[in-house]
Amino acid sequence: MVAATYQLKRADFIFKNENDWEKVLSKTLESEPRELINELMSSELKGRGGAGFPTGLKWKLSSEEKSKTKYVICNADEGEPGTFKDREILTKVPYKVLTAMAVCGHVIGSGKGYIYLRGEYKFLVPDLEKAIKEFEYYCKEIGFKFTIDIFMGSGAYICGEETALFESMEGKRGEPRNKPPFPTSIGYMNEPTVINNVETLAHTYTIFKYGSKKFYDLGVQYSRGSKLFSVSGDTPKPGIYELELGMSLQDFVSEFGDGDTKAVQVGGASGFLVPRKRFEETTIGFQGKLTGISLPTGGSMMLFNSSRSMFNVLDNYLDFFNEESCGQCSPCRVGCQQLLKGIKAVKRGEKTALYLDKLLKLSETMQMTAKCGLGQSVGNSFSSIVENFREEMIY
Amino acid sequence: MNPVKDLIKTLADEHGRSRENLLPILQGVVEKEKYLTEYSMVEIARELDLPAAEVFGTATFYSFLEHKKMGQYVIRICKTITCAMKGKNQVLLAIQDMLKIGIGETTPDGKFSLLETNCLGWCHKAPAMLVNDDVHTELTPESIREILSSYMKK
Amino acid sequence: MAKKINISINGLAAEIAEGKTILDAADQMGVIVPTLCYHKDLCVAGNCRVCVVEVVGQKRLAAACATPCEEGMEIMTNSLKVRNSRKHIIELLLSEHESDCTKCYKNGNCELQELASEYKIMTQDFIRLAPLKNYTIDMFSPSIVKDDSKCIRCQRCVRTCAELQGVNALTVAHKGDEMKIATFFEKTMNDVVCTNCGQCVNHCPTGALVEKNYIEEVWDAISDPNKHVVVQTAPAVRVGLGEELGLPVGSRVTGQMVAALKRLGFDSVLDTDFTADLTIMEEGTELLTRLKKALVEKDQAVQLPMATSCSPGWIKYIEHMYPEYLGNLSTCKSPQQMFGALVKTYYAKARKIEPDNIVSVSVMPCTAKKFEASRPEMHDSGYRDVDYVLTTRELAIMVKQAGIDFNKLPQTEYDRLMGDSTGAGVIFGATGGVMEAALRTAYEIVTGREVPFKNLDITPVRGMDGVREASIKIENPVKEWAFLDGVELKCAIAHGLVNAKVVMDAIKSGESNYHFIEFMACPGGCLGGGGQPIPTNPEIRKKRAEAIYAEDAGMPLRKSHENPEVLKIYEDFLGEPLGEKSHHLLHTKYITRDRF
Repeated sequence: MVAATYQLKRADFIFKNENDWEKVLSKTLESEPRELINELMSSELKGRGGAGFPTGLKWKLSSEEKSKTKYVICNADEGEPGTFKDREILTKVPYKVLTAMAVCGHVIGSGKGYIYLRGEYKFLVPDLEKAIKEFEYYCKEIGFKFTIDIFMGSGAYICGEETALFESMEGKRGEPRNKPPFPTSIGYMNEPTVINNVETLAHTYTIFKYGSKKFYDLGVQYSRGSKLFSVSGDTPKPGIYELELGMSLQDFVSEFGDGDTKAVQVGGASGFLVPRKRFEETTIGFQGKLTGISLPTGGSMMLFNSSRSMFNVLDNYLDFFNEESCGQCSPCRVGCQQLLKGIKAVKRGEKTALYLDKLLKLSETMQMTAKCGLGQSVGNSFSSIVENFREEMIY
Repeated sequence: MNPVKDLIKTLADEHGRSRENLLPILQGVVEKEKYLTEYSMVEIARELDLPAAEVFGTATFYSFLEHKKMGQYVIRICKTITCAMKGKNQVLLAIQDMLKIGIGETTPDGKFSLLETNCLGWCHKAPAMLVNDDVHTELTPESIREILSSYMKK
Repeated sequence: MAKKINISINGLAAEIAEGKTILDAADQMGVIVPTLCYHKDLCVAGNCRVCVVEVVGQKRLAAACATPCEEGMEIMTNSLKVRNSRKHIIELLLSEHESDCTKCYKNGNCELQELASEYKIMTQDFIRLAPLKNYTIDMFSPSIVKDDSKCIRCQRCVRTCAELQGVNALTVAHKGDEMKIATFFEKTMNDVVCTNCGQCVNHCPTGALVEKNYIEEVWDAISDPNKHVVVQTAPAVRVGLGEELGLPVGSRVTGQMVAALKRLGFDSVLDTDFTADLTIMEEGTELLTRLKKALVEKDQAVQLPMATSCSPGWIKYIEHMYPEYLGNLSTCKSPQQMFGALVKTYYAKARKIEPDNIVSVSVMPCTAKKFEASRPEMHDSGYRDVDYVLTTRELAIMVKQAGIDFNKLPQTEYDRLMGDSTGAGVIFGATGGVMEAALRTAYEIVTGREVPFKNLDITPVRGMDGVREASIKIENPVKEWAFLDGVELKCAIAHGLVNAKVVMDAIKSGESNYHFIEFMACPGGCLGGGGQPIPTNPEIRKKRAEAIYAEDAGMPLRKSHENPEVLKIYEDFLGEPLGEKSHHLLHTKYITRDRF
């Protein structure tokens, strides 16, 4: 058992509007790529999209590639249910993201950046374009060659998966590719590509401006820095909050719950549902490898109080996955259909309660065999809900 | 010349004629025409020198690239968990009651189409919907009447 | 030399060339890993996940087909985790699939069925999804039946249509639970750019794509005492049929096949090779005539290069994709259709049978031949020239149905009138064969000498490279062809439509200066046709090709213009190549079709 060692601590970096990006950019560009990589590495920043890959390593790997053409892509295909932080970053502090992209270009040797923006956020485009124009103008002024284009998605959750996103940008169906090869060596247009989540890029801005220590000092071991949390569901104060990583779920619920919190879905539909009895022992962050009591997350925190039927919640998730699976690999395409139809059949009494065990095994198979993160993570919410709220599935 | 053909030519001139320009062009047609017809897909295939089946396969992957007839205003109401918890069904009933159409249908005057969609990213202000590209949040059966009335007058 | 790395599979150590996948490594070590979406002809998809294996130390299983070996990898292909997962995946595929195997055309030759049998899937615990889906069966094409209820979405057909054929009639459409293999706007196969080549059928692991079969129709005709049923067999069938009936790949079974056809009850068993030889006479003359018009008469209207027209998949392809080049096609009908037109005219007259009472059947390695026979132009005899086209596979089914023990059949000869053939006719079944046959004859007509190759084997045109080029210099021609003296006849060969595209684009851009090009729709030519035994892959095509050339080498006559029946038909019936009768019966026109 790991006891929660940290109280809930608010941080205020991401949305702090300092209006000094020109200075930060020109100063950072003076540093050698190697120094910047080291800075990122020592900050221990991990990807904020949910998967948690070390950002510094990603940039390093791409910088080592020999190719003449490389790309920097900002993943703004925020589609995980319960997540809405990236939209807010792009609305309020777009220049931080743009600056970080340009710095990444400097580090890896790329002159071209793209923001893949989900179709649902099309209304952001005019302001974002304005910001880009201003940004590019400044880059030109200081003699740094870097341009950024927006690429619009068109309503496909799976395109948040990095290789599916490349396929989509290449004008194809957003079907994830086989990995390896990884994007750092073969990404968009088969060129080395760094693809980072919006929030990850915004954090690098903090690191480049204040140094890695300021970031590293926040959070706990393995989970350094702060993170934006999108809080929704049965809470009196839904919204976006920047908190230090490593908090216990109990502390989180004390702050954000409505006094009757029965469970929290950490990490959206593809994350885990944590029931009340495990709030104390669950911390939010990356702890080396996923251990079940330490949950990484893209920041989606959905609270459910005792009025909610967990069957309905699971039914809703599975309906989501059923539609949003790209459909190419069999465990995910057929597995999602079986899970969805299966829980309904149990609920209706057409299958016995024991069928849930068969479905749990199936969800394990999906975790182990699906081609991409989507199919692999359907089992997360499925098993955590079915195991913790079995009665609600049956009666 | 056919206006859709013109539109596709203009879009191809603007974005380019490579495979990676396909999505922006499809999006451009949908923005103007609300949906993709067989004709428009063939014309896009011709313009980009792509197999028509590839255009179709790509377009049908994306839920915003409709290939069935859509009205002038496409309502997409979010059905994902938080919106569902916060009264999306009542809002949906209010819309259906007001427009007299079901999900997937278009009003006879061609003004509105009603669709359900997955998470729009407004969970903290649920329930939410899109009308074309406009976002409307914290919907109630009351607010929905006002919102739709304003589109009716447009 | 590629760098070697060390891995182990199921505890056995091995050295593997760097860059090889786990599947390659397993294959090298004699460990069988089941696959479905994987096919040697195609790029790796990694989407069925049946080939998952355990890599020690990794939490998730890896798809063997898509995962490169790494130094020190310890791989388990049959651990409990692997077995259970694989079984789950097969169960899932079965739940989505219309698994009523006894009512399936592919019963007994289905990769999914085989896996289900291997893993002894005896129960159906998962909910049956197939009945809940609105599956459609498209039976409108004369060549191919597409039954979505049997589809496991491995995308082999889509990759085949795109990578091997460059046709892209099939695509993946929609997503999630609605994801399916579809044509443009889900139209019927006969309403899109499909060339009917049947490569999708040949690459489909299940019964989702099969040939439209005419077995019952042919049985009916055979049983009708008033009908005289004539059958012709294409060159490539004789090197494929054995495989389908349990013999080793590349078995030559010409004699047994003829015996089997007789026992099935066909009234006359004849050889498409005869009209293959006839094609050479017509097409060769056509080529020389075009050359004369172009070189001597400087006729601007003559279109060169001339392209062969034997492959109906290729014909429909050019009609869709390059209709502006239809004038470059030889006007010769394919051997099948020449045969059909002659059966109900020349043969009927000679044998004193009412053409009305003749049923003309062909056995082809091809599904596009079914379409070709149904083309409205193919009625020059006054009747439908070829009534039913069977694939090699359908013939094998009939042989089995008739209770014939194929292995014990005696070698039997073709019937006469239109049963004689030469080695030149036989090699029509392999890529480069039409070219070789044409050169053997044309060169001799022009120079009065045999082609200057040992044993008449024009090896430069043989092989399996997608596009091949060859040239042959004409020296000291006979008087009539004196204008060709010193001309270097430039030829090209393309097989697989994606290679046809390469050549056509070169012509389009003006980069090529060929005189004569052989195009075959299918990889390897007819021996790799869509109607040939399944599986077909590079090694199998190679063996069938070897069999074809061995058959040619063993023939007493190896040049089309020496075929005695060919000489006789010109004497008795046709007059001369490109003569009026030939023109009417043996030549045809093409149609411009839309590419989109």
